[in-house]
Amino acid sequence: MSEHVLNARRLLCPLPVIRTQDKVKTLVTGDVLTVECTDPGVMQDIPAWCRINGHRVLETRADGGEYVIVLEVG
Amino acid sequence: MSQQRKAVALISGGLDSMLATQAILEQGIHVEGINFFTGFCVEGHTHAIRKQDADKVKRNNSLWVAEQLGIKLHIIDVIEEYKNVLLNPKHGYGANLNPCLDCKIFMVNKAKQWMVENGFDFIITGEVVGQRPMSQRKQTMPIVAAQSGADDLLVRPLSAQNLPATLPEREGWISREKMFGFSGRSRKPQMTLAKEYGFTDYAQPAGGCCFLTDEAYSLKLVDLWKARGERDYDLDDVMLLKVGRHIRPKPHFKVIIAREDGEARFMSGYKKEFMSMNCASHRGPLALIDGTPSEDDLLQAAQITARYGQGREAEQVEVTIRDREGNERNVFVKPLLADDIPQEWFV
Repeated sequence: MSEHVLNARRLLCPLPVIRTQDKVKTLVTGDVLTVECTDPGVMQDIPAWCRINGHRVLETRADGGEYVIVLEVG
Repeated sequence: MSQQRKAVALISGGLDSMLATQAILEQGIHVEGINFFTGFCVEGHTHAIRKQDADKVKRNNSLWVAEQLGIKLHIIDVIEEYKNVLLNPKHGYGANLNPCLDCKIFMVNKAKQWMVENGFDFIITGEVVGQRPMSQRKQTMPIVAAQSGADDLLVRPLSAQNLPATLPEREGWISREKMFGFSGRSRKPQMTLAKEYGFTDYAQPAGGCCFLTDEAYSLKLVDLWKARGERDYDLDDVMLLKVGRHIRPKPHFKVIIAREDGEARFMSGYKKEFMSMNCASHRGPLALIDGTPSEDDLLQAAQITARYGQGREAEQVEVTIRDREGNERNVFVKPLLADDIPQEWFV
């Protein structure tokens, strides 16, 4: 298991989802990915993408205009 | 034991592709969805940018549909490849800059590539004969199948009974009788089927989902090409045409003025790519300057910017002009009156 960070700031949905999807393709089951965004839409879209593709959302947080989603690759 | 057949469905986020996919899922086929992001999709971006849309649910409809159907969804970035579709549409444009037929051919072709690469057997779309004036006519549906290279691997479950049998039907992978014979612009059959499937919540029918069908947006894109002397664009251009008031006093420069805080916040991310300005002495909007303005032009842009701030009635206001490196200087200008801005300046 390894930890990774993806900078998806300034991108608007669905681009943060696309970047997350492309990054996850390079990872293996159990890896943890932290996605850092500025579009509030990711709080809906990335968890939805995780649910339908079998990944687990470990944490979501909003902090001063930044939205962070931590997921575990399934 | 028979082989598990697999289909890839083009999921737009609207009702038709949702129903078409469900019709094939009900026949025991493994289905995964695919959605293409061209940059011109209406949902998502604008809701995220504009404060007035803050109350709207910010869900991505294609993801939402996939979740309702219980299928995987693959969202593919086709921004670069899509340029050729928009700039050189073999079948021309619709009422505005919407190259609907070429767009459908392109997307089905991309789905065919994905199908081959991922070992899937056929493609599903939510197309209905006669539903759309350009891409979904009886005459154009065979063109989509042929020119995309999908041929008889392209299944349109909602109109299948009106169309020649496809290979999945002939091979017995799916039953023609369990598909439909919808045609025309009426939405009633789809509404009835949605009810049968238990779908009570779905996005509005597609068509208004692409900025290229919008006249005002298309005119802004044409203006951008004319001003630059070439028909080209990048994602930032596509995004900025969706926000702000666009005012072009002269062919070689344009002022983009934020209409509200959400747009100003979004546009402030472009301060390194454009000159920018805002009123320093009064509350007012952020403006980006696109093009190659002279010093006099910048003063005129400052007068326009001041027009949209709280100092619009003042004799003189102070405006901060910022270059791409972030160097600032202040100028004093008299705001233009509403009548000083001719209608033809508004793009």
